[in-house]
Amino acid sequence: MSTATLQPTYNYKVVRQFAIMAVVWGVVGMAVGLLIASQMVFPELNLGLPWTSFGRLRPLHTNAVIFAFGGCVLFATSYYIVQRTCQTTLAMPGLAAFTFWGWQLVIVAAAITLPLGMTSSKEYAELEWPIDILIAVVWVSYALVFFGTIMKRKSKHIYVANWFFGAFIITVAVLHIVNSAALPVSLTKSYSAYAGAMDAMIQWWYGHNAVGFFLTAGFLGMMYYFVPKQAERPVYSYRLSIVHFWALVAIYIWAGPHHLHYTALPDWAQSLGMVMSLVLLAPSWGGMINGIMTLSGAWHKLRTDPILRFLVVSLSFYGMSTFEGPMMAIKTVNALSHYTDWTIGHVHSGALGWVAMVSFGSLYHLIPKLYGKEQMYSVSLINAHFWLATIGTVLYIVAMWVNGITQGLMWRAVNEDGTLTYSFIESVEASGFGYIVRAIGGGFFVLGMLVMAYNVYRTASESEDQSQDKKDLDQTALDTAQPVAGR
Amino acid sequence: MDINTIRGLATVVALIAFLSVVFWAYSSRRKGDFDEAASLPFVEDPEADTPDSDATNSHREAHKNSQKRGVA
Repeated sequence: MSTATLQPTYNYKVVRQFAIMAVVWGVVGMAVGLLIASQMVFPELNLGLPWTSFGRLRPLHTNAVIFAFGGCVLFATSYYIVQRTCQTTLAMPGLAAFTFWGWQLVIVAAAITLPLGMTSSKEYAELEWPIDILIAVVWVSYALVFFGTIMKRKSKHIYVANWFFGAFIITVAVLHIVNSAALPVSLTKSYSAYAGAMDAMIQWWYGHNAVGFFLTAGFLGMMYYFVPKQAERPVYSYRLSIVHFWALVAIYIWAGPHHLHYTALPDWAQSLGMVMSLVLLAPSWGGMINGIMTLSGAWHKLRTDPILRFLVVSLSFYGMSTFEGPMMAIKTVNALSHYTDWTIGHVHSGALGWVAMVSFGSLYHLIPKLYGKEQMYSVSLINAHFWLATIGTVLYIVAMWVNGITQGLMWRAVNEDGTLTYSFIESVEASGFGYIVRAIGGGFFVLGMLVMAYNVYRTASESEDQSQDKKDLDQTALDTAQPVAGR
Repeated sequence: MDINTIRGLATVVALIAFLSVVFWAYSSRRKGDFDEAASLPFVEDPEADTPDSDATNSHREAHKNSQKRGVA
């Protein structure tokens, strides 16, 4: 304690706010996802109302999980990591507080306007122009706070996690501002500034890089901090992390056209998108190997530490979906997979398996630190969450693989005289069982999220002495649980 | 200039850029710097013992709140 005055103090208030809201929006966004998955099984669940129909709730789900849950996780972890690795407090604390309230306002505005049917109709960029302007203002403030903090760092180097966060912040600013350029005709309606195939290309340049930078680069930043922290050893190869960074940011930006195979987009642009998507496998796997190898010599920790298990399994799903993605970007494979449930399965193997699981692992590491605790209220509940999330993700992905390949094969089947073998509705009927399994998988995942919410609530509200008692109890529970987990 | 010449040159430039990054990152001169950078997450944790830090204040608040609710 005597050395305390020599250490910088960190601004944890804004980190705590974002971390808590990440959990809240996680519950909301995933619950809406479960609702619309159930609507695919029981269409009556749309309640016969326009506001709760699939078409309006689907963008609400995607916006809530990507920008509300994922966004809050990214804000929380980037503000935490940049302070800790730069050994300085956040620059412009007032502006940092504004990014929190501004981002929450964006989310609330989205939750109101999307069910009302106000949409620009651009996937993952549905919000109308007044909200887009607010997003741009919040995002530029975020950049100022983040890079301002890096500029006043006490450490000599900029840790690799901050490079990934920096690339994510800059690229998302550019993507959002360019793709959202629109001509407003009223307060709630606007038309894209671009037309035809060019509009489609700009939309998917945005859309794919929303995946590449919002849902990958930022989360890789989290991986490069929380995996070494939780494994208690530095990253496997810092050199590889630098090659990983430059290769990933240089290649991702070109992969967007694979969303537009066999469309009006010029053929050369489609081929470019396909080739760049294939090349992307190399940096993706380089990063995954770097993360997983950080555990070399510490593998035994996986048996006792469910947080580390979340992080390592997230990297496994990352490796799996970054292999699947380039494969699906090959035009001949895409001819089978596109517009089928395989795409939805692929997205969720990335979103549930990678993005959400690495977020859970990071939040479980982060939240006790923010509240001055040794660990979460209950470690066994983290373990329960881990299994619920893993089972849920596997059920989801497998159901969509089966459905996707079934649909792709049925749609392309032709009779000898060239007529289609199956009508569209026959492929929908064939997908029925898969939709049930998907909804069950989603149910597991949401249940895990609720377990997390309870655990976080108890951690945040519990007093210090209680947490000590509980920790002893938990340790006992964990010790007895070990042999089972290790089998 | 022919469009295909530009395409070829772009490929060569990209290859040179990639190899430069690799050689730069793997040169032995950088090793010391990278080892220092890689240890940044492990710089001693100050927040637990800082009396006036945000985190400590929040426990007190959390403690008070939990007592109010009768949890404590």
